[in-house]
Amino acid sequence: MAGGIVIVLLILIAIFAPLIVSWFGHPPAEWHRDKIDPAIQAPIGAFGGISWDYLFGVEPTTGRDLFSRILYGARISLLIAFFATLLCVVLGTVLGMIAGFFGGWIDTVISRAMDIFLAFPLLVFALALAGVIPDKAFGMSGDTLRISLLVFIIGFFNWPYIGRIIRGQTLSLREREFVDASRSLGARNHVILFKEILPNLIAPILVYSTLLIPSNILFEAALSFLGVGVRPPTPTWGGMLAEAVHNYDVAPNFMLFPGLAIFITVLAFNLLGDGLRDAFDPKAR
Amino acid sequence: MLLFVVSIATFAIFFLVPRLAGMSADDLASRYVGKAANAQVIHDTAIRLGFNDPVIVQYGRFVKGIFVGVDRNYGPGVEHCPAPCLGYSYVSQNPVLPDILNRLPITLSMALGAAVVWVIFGVATGVVSALRRGSFFDRLSMGIALAGVSLPIFFTGIVSLAIFRDQLGLVGDVADWVPFSEDPLTWANNLILPWVTLAFLYAAGYARLTRAGMLETMSEDYIRTARAKGLAERAVVLKHGLRATLTPVLTMFGLDLGLLLGGAVLTESTFSLPGIGKYAVDAISNNDLPQVMGVTLIAAAFIILANLIVDMLYAVVDPRVRLA
Repeated sequence: MAGGIVIVLLILIAIFAPLIVSWFGHPPAEWHRDKIDPAIQAPIGAFGGISWDYLFGVEPTTGRDLFSRILYGARISLLIAFFATLLCVVLGTVLGMIAGFFGGWIDTVISRAMDIFLAFPLLVFALALAGVIPDKAFGMSGDTLRISLLVFIIGFFNWPYIGRIIRGQTLSLREREFVDASRSLGARNHVILFKEILPNLIAPILVYSTLLIPSNILFEAALSFLGVGVRPPTPTWGGMLAEAVHNYDVAPNFMLFPGLAIFITVLAFNLLGDGLRDAFDPKAR
Repeated sequence: MLLFVVSIATFAIFFLVPRLAGMSADDLASRYVGKAANAQVIHDTAIRLGFNDPVIVQYGRFVKGIFVGVDRNYGPGVEHCPAPCLGYSYVSQNPVLPDILNRLPITLSMALGAAVVWVIFGVATGVVSALRRGSFFDRLSMGIALAGVSLPIFFTGIVSLAIFRDQLGLVGDVADWVPFSEDPLTWANNLILPWVTLAFLYAAGYARLTRAGMLETMSEDYIRTARAKGLAERAVVLKHGLRATLTPVLTMFGLDLGLLLGGAVLTESTFSLPGIGKYAVDAISNNDLPQVMGVTLIAAAFIILANLIVDMLYAVVDPRVRLA
């Protein structure tokens, strides 16, 4: 349950990032060139200039406060991961239930689609898709556009993981007596699907969506690392690591803190997911 | 089938999506000319690259190139690109296929080397953990495995570069690729860091999968039978237990290896290895459709190939599967 506590803390940090930063930090986009050694463009002071004023030190070159950038990065990371997971769960559950419940050619088509998605050079593909979209499109621009785009890409490419599990569960659920009973009472297909089968799928949906969140966080970080995530100056953890590749030797803090932020977040969700799985499925223990 | 879907999807990304987002053929072409080009040059480029044709016609031209080859008019003369022709880069004008084939050995060495390390460590750790369930070793290794699946390669990669290359000077420069045939020692020395970091990431998943599978298999009836007929514990574990456990491990291995061969995008970007993954990233940042098409098709081909090999290995590993 340590995972759950860490997650609650992370969510609170993300929500109250502006408040926390107003007490302990500086605005995330504010430059502090006076904290930078102009000769080597590195932060002045030990380990990236860590001090009471700059808890995680400052960024090389710009001197922006790393503490507040990490906090604001949490907002982007969690926001995208949650909504992308929601999209995966909705797509995966609906399509998985339809495939498992109706069978026949519907099942064949959906299962084939899932196989193809699972055996797909996804990252290259997501990269290409995120790269070709211009800065203004679909009536949106700036961060709003990038965030919705990333949610769509990640959600759209990852739904088959959950879809496969839901399909398998539905296949066995539809043979159960209560489904027969409901049908003999004259219930229609959609009533059976949503009123009889769906409630029985809540446990696996909960477990696998918790396990999907960390992989979506990593996916978002990877896309940002490769430069197609949310655009600078909006801080993202992956984006910071991408810049840290070039100057980790003069500013180790710049590499360490975003990496640790990703690690702690992903680990917390993995722990929670494992815990939930053990709780709901004692056999897997 | 997969090849077809992948190629259609890549094409759609480059032509349909920008159209939906409201870009014209000339807007597309303006990406491939200098900043100072005037409207006429842009328009000519659009015509030369065939952007004004319907998307279907452009796709047909691409498929034709793969099966019968194409002739390319580059101004002073006509060049023939023979049968498996993946087209010419919009930016560098080089044919795509030779470029990719040149980079293939780098990605192959990196992926296969890492695969050997992660399979050996992952499966061995999983087996020992399952047999000594609840022991200190089990808890420690499963803790490390959980950490392993939670760490992105672009973080472990940079950290290991900082420690082992810059601080300790133990390994060579990863970006400095030396073919195996020229100097095997330098080859391995330069690649050891990507191998180990990549293997750490993957071994974690394999250890977890093997452990779960072994725990299930070892409680099966036929394991008791094997013990009852007096087989040595070693033979029970290796010949009866592990063999049945390996099937899901193999499935995962096929997918992972295929995806990795098709472009270890993150690994190669982290270590600046000039392999196929790096090529893909560069191609995408240049909006170079023929290069991206080439990489995604090669990647899909590797996934199919890896799955095929894995299907054949099933029969070797699991005696219950027999090929027809």
